[in-house]
Amino acid sequence: MLKWCLAACVVSWAGVAAAQVEVSMTYLRLDDRAPPTLSDIDPDPADLGIAGARLGLTDNQTTGQFLNHNYKLIEIDAATPETLLAAAVGTTGLVLVEGSADAVLAIADALPDALVFNVSAAEDRLRNDDCRANLLHTAPSFAMRADALAQFLMTKRWTDVALVSGAADSDLAFADALRASANKFGLKMRGDAPWGFTGDIRRSTTDEVPSFTQRLGDFDMLLVADEIHDFGRYLNYNTWEPRPVGGSEGLTPVAWSPAVEQWGAEQLQSRFRDSAGRGMRPIDYSAWAAIRAIGEAVTRTDSADLSILRDYMLGDVFTLAGFKGRPLSFRTWNGQLRQPIPLVDARAVVATAPLEGFLHPVTELDTLGGDRPESTCTAFGD
Amino acid sequence: MRPLALAALLTIPAPVLADEIWVTNERDDTISVIDAETLEVTRTIPVGERPRGITFAHDFSVVYVCASASNTVQVIDPASGEVLHNLPSGEDPEQFVLHPDGKHLYIANEDDAITTVVDVESRTVVAQISVGIEPEGMAVSPDGKTVITTSETTNMAHWIDTTTQTIYANTLVDNRPRDANFVKDGTELWVSAEIGGTVTVFDTADQKEIAKIRFAIPGVLPELIQPVGFALTEDEKTAFVALGPANHVAVVNAETYEVERYILTGRRVWHLAFNADETKLFTTNGVSSDVTVIDVADQVAETSIAVGRFPWGAALRVMP
Repeated sequence: MLKWCLAACVVSWAGVAAAQVEVSMTYLRLDDRAPPTLSDIDPDPADLGIAGARLGLTDNQTTGQFLNHNYKLIEIDAATPETLLAAAVGTTGLVLVEGSADAVLAIADALPDALVFNVSAAEDRLRNDDCRANLLHTAPSFAMRADALAQFLMTKRWTDVALVSGAADSDLAFADALRASANKFGLKMRGDAPWGFTGDIRRSTTDEVPSFTQRLGDFDMLLVADEIHDFGRYLNYNTWEPRPVGGSEGLTPVAWSPAVEQWGAEQLQSRFRDSAGRGMRPIDYSAWAAIRAIGEAVTRTDSADLSILRDYMLGDVFTLAGFKGRPLSFRTWNGQLRQPIPLVDARAVVATAPLEGFLHPVTELDTLGGDRPESTCTAFGD
Repeated sequence: MRPLALAALLTIPAPVLADEIWVTNERDDTISVIDAETLEVTRTIPVGERPRGITFAHDFSVVYVCASASNTVQVIDPASGEVLHNLPSGEDPEQFVLHPDGKHLYIANEDDAITTVVDVESRTVVAQISVGIEPEGMAVSPDGKTVITTSETTNMAHWIDTTTQTIYANTLVDNRPRDANFVKDGTELWVSAEIGGTVTVFDTADQKEIAKIRFAIPGVLPELIQPVGFALTEDEKTAFVALGPANHVAVVNAETYEVERYILTGRRVWHLAFNADETKLFTTNGVSSDVTVIDVADQVAETSIAVGRFPWGAALRVMP
């Protein structure tokens, strides 16, 4: 008994004596997200993204209390990229950015001594030509999401697709990714057209959409690139032939959805719901994952030193338990968090990519998005 | 002929009821009771919502079931299957362990980062201990002095002193620790890590890691090898480790920590329970909603038994 107690006392004393580690994180948020759309029945919640970061902070703090690691999160909001950049001046350390691809890039370049996490911009150029050594991405790229959908279509042998895309920058980038995925996995693009209606599609869907989709030819699934969620929601059930819709609407490949419940996800969903009072969305998840990746690195290295943390995160032993059934890790050639992509509709997970049969010599997760051999990123010296 | 038959009649013993394996069905809110001899489901017992952890009283007079979504631990009469009463368990009880005193249940409250200690006789909460995020695995040392809670998101084993009900040590383990067991008279603590893909062995005297068990199955991707529940034979020479979506149970030499064999099971194999003489091992397979019966001597899967949806926990009921 004495021996046992002695051992216990020594350990708890040692725990208290460990040097305190202070981890300061900053969440920069460009609040210019919502361009005008036809419908505003489901506006973005005011705490989109940051709610996930706050939950990650709580998770980290709970772990930190046992290790004498203290975490804090500074939140900075701005309405334009310029004001965000101005507000971010002088920020050091660990930075999360939620905003457009241009805003993310500008922040990474303005804060060369910071380690920046992109939690929202899916543009593949940020992982290729425009990659930065101090910029990691917890948000999946458009290519990862498009590849997930393409794998699903190949598995179903719904090999003929048509694409309709919006005019927003993100729509165009996602459309490019969908075309590239179709090519990569061997889908046939039967039709490809920009969305062109300027009238009130809420009133004229039954007139306009059937004839529009009829002109796209014969296809198994209608792909829609409408990342600002403007017109895509009106396509489903209005196609000329009875065909499902996928992409930005219908069957959507996402980082996360309130419908995900396997692999312990129910626990994360319920913690998020308790703290934010709503379902967890993709950007919430990517922000949570960034904070948790930092927490995991701090926990394992007992350090808040940026270069130690970056090396650990990009090293072989780093894994993040992300409630998606497989360990998450960073691609060493461009800083992208590799992760499974659930394919969901509003009420269920239909499938989770990578799908069975899509093989890879290293990890099946790298069948999604840009792989090492095709990467044009050189900033990681890899 | 007649005297012989009579003699035979006289020597027939009173009918002995076979032992049972009780399986919680997480998505059916039921327990499937399996006859450990005939390997058939003999009863399906309705319980509270999302039943997960299950354990019998040391004398098998009652069975305790974590009804996670009902936020209670149910106490059930194993003979009738009736719920006798509910215990105050804290929110979302997932797993628990019954102290050797038979009186105290240590319960992991998954949603609340708390371990709750309940007195099963007075039906009151004795203590609540703050632990890491998503507490799950629970173990108690044979001498009853230490209880372990593992927390899945904090990635730690928390060492709780049962006299003071406080944590006296925290040890980092690999990612997403799931299950914990004291081994070899309490000199070792084994902790499985689902995402880390390992079982870590700690020396309980100083909480230092002494071994790490890793797994590799030909043709199965490393990231799908996710150790969850595990069980050791009574002689503590062999451990059986359920590997989740790898759909295999690993057979581990507990002396050398080497993996000796992999046994194919149903899909997403989760927890396991032996029959009384340890000739058979029953595994719960969440995705295929069945139980695989493993022949322990031959180390092969013998048969599978359909149960309810998402079978989770398994426990042996020894008949009197």
